[in-house]
Amino acid sequence: MASQLHSASVAQQEKVQSLFADDSFHGLRVAITGGTSGLGLALVREFLARGARVAFVARGRQRVGQVARQSDRAHGIIGDISVKDEMYPIALQIAGELGGVDVLVNNASDLGPTPLALLADTQCEDLERALATNLLGPFRLTKALLGALAASAREGRGGVVLNISSDAAVNPYARWGAYGASKAALHHMTRIWEKELENEGVRFLSLDPGDMDTPMHALAVPDSDPATLKSPNLAARELITAIGAVLHRQSEDGAE
Amino acid sequence: MIPASEAIQRPPDARLMIVDATGCISDQPRSTFVAFLRPGDLVVANDAAAIPASLSGVHLPTGRIIEVRLAGRHSVAPNDVHEFCAIVFGAGDFRTRTEDRAAPPHLSPGDQLLLGPLKANVNRLLGHPRLVSLCFQDPPDGVWAGIAHHGRPIQYSHVQAPLAMWDVWTPIAGPPVAFEPPSAGFALDWHALAEMRAKGVDFVTITHAAGISSTGDPELDVRLPFDEPYRIPRAAALAIRKAKARGGRIVAIGTTVVRALEHAARAGQVRAGEGIATQRIGADSQLRLVDAILSGTHEPGTSHYELLRAFLDDNELTRVTAELNARGYRTHEFGDSVLIVRRQELFQGYERADTISGREVERCGDLPKSFGRALKK
Repeated sequence: MASQLHSASVAQQEKVQSLFADDSFHGLRVAITGGTSGLGLALVREFLARGARVAFVARGRQRVGQVARQSDRAHGIIGDISVKDEMYPIALQIAGELGGVDVLVNNASDLGPTPLALLADTQCEDLERALATNLLGPFRLTKALLGALAASAREGRGGVVLNISSDAAVNPYARWGAYGASKAALHHMTRIWEKELENEGVRFLSLDPGDMDTPMHALAVPDSDPATLKSPNLAARELITAIGAVLHRQSEDGAE
Repeated sequence: MIPASEAIQRPPDARLMIVDATGCISDQPRSTFVAFLRPGDLVVANDAAAIPASLSGVHLPTGRIIEVRLAGRHSVAPNDVHEFCAIVFGAGDFRTRTEDRAAPPHLSPGDQLLLGPLKANVNRLLGHPRLVSLCFQDPPDGVWAGIAHHGRPIQYSHVQAPLAMWDVWTPIAGPPVAFEPPSAGFALDWHALAEMRAKGVDFVTITHAAGISSTGDPELDVRLPFDEPYRIPRAAALAIRKAKARGGRIVAIGTTVVRALEHAARAGQVRAGEGIATQRIGADSQLRLVDAILSGTHEPGTSHYELLRAFLDDNELTRVTAELNARGYRTHEFGDSVLIVRRQELFQGYERADTISGREVERCGDLPKSFGRALKK
């Protein structure tokens, strides 16, 4: 899969890091789905390193416990965002443990059938699962947390939703049908959220982190050379830079 | 009034009775409520989400089945979930009216309660055999997870189907600190907020840990509402001061907003920050801040009804209740609504026919603001 990264040079990265001292996100309340591996884990760690309080969601009890123990500002939540009945217990714990939400990152994703398959060979159940995780889950969680996000925006604290997208959301790659179609829908939905909630001050981002060296990528492209892939830590820093820029504008707007 | 028995937050036929500052009553679909607002008004809602506060479990000393309803906490701080005030029922569920629910076993300080995955201790009794202070043994995240997975929303016997969390979170729900939903907020949706913005009406939220509306026990019900912690964001306090300065009205969505704002403004201007509303609002209360309230319809004798007495004198409130009955309004959490503008003293003595005919209703309109100001001098 061709990568369309907003690839940052080393010099840019250093600049980014100097812009954000370690406590640059002190007190920021961040929720991240899929927070125990790959990009999600990198995001959890990076936000924690910058002083944020992070509630992260993942399915595996053991992994959630391991990651949560890394910081007393980390709140581990066991749950599956593709399951309707788990959404409110998840949202309740996020908003309850953080006391509100300033940033939501819908990161958890489902590849569809693995190994990847042609659409004609894709089981309906695999497509349904991809849609449940990549589209319905983010929709439900955003809706359940929207009151908290809008309150954050009114207080000039934040109110940012980042939906993790992919170049497969835009380009029709063969064998990426279930994933690509669900990510395309998420990307479009993000743009509509953004349009509809502009006046409430909640901002929506749909960003493609690029092809990363993650367990999910290994599942999709088992024979790829890790050396050609981006590190999830770098991708996490880039995404956080983008969120930081939006937060900065929001705090300026809130100060008016 | 007819109890609203279906858990639909915004039924398409929801109705709104408006009682304006002159005492005129009119009737309109609730979905058109923004039409009542004027540019410069400020709408204040309670963004507390309701936790699933009903926890079934076992009273370990006796082995008897109990239901614990969490009903109060010390603050709205996210990690302050160790100690709660709670009401304990014996076996049974929401299908039995609370009035008819079995008493819990005899409760003593130190008694252990097993509530699904949560362990709690009775800390002390609070002047009533059903009312206790209890402490959870788990760390804060464990308490949140336990409540999230084991708790059920406090259920009303007049609603047949079991309530789900999405039934009780208002569209604007944020921090989960309430024990029952601030249900006046069911009337709001994001479309209404967009309409407000377009009209030049400002909107802010406060967070008020709304307690339970009824315990089924007359001795306890007279003690309602319990003390309720709240938080007023700086942005909300600022918006209130600005609205007052420009002559806009403060429109509270629900009784909890009135309680929080009036408590925060007891020394004059509303202050941002956390507080605990301890006061009762009733006929003798002098409202300092709130000009109008959007609320559910309430039966006389409830604390919600008492609060409305601060907005209207008793004769008028009796007349409004009679009109609600006559016009078939539905009551309770999922029912219809009233919007009551605080009666200005200057309008007392304003004469009006005792019965409102349809034609008279049509003549009623808002008095121009300049008229109100002129009279105040």
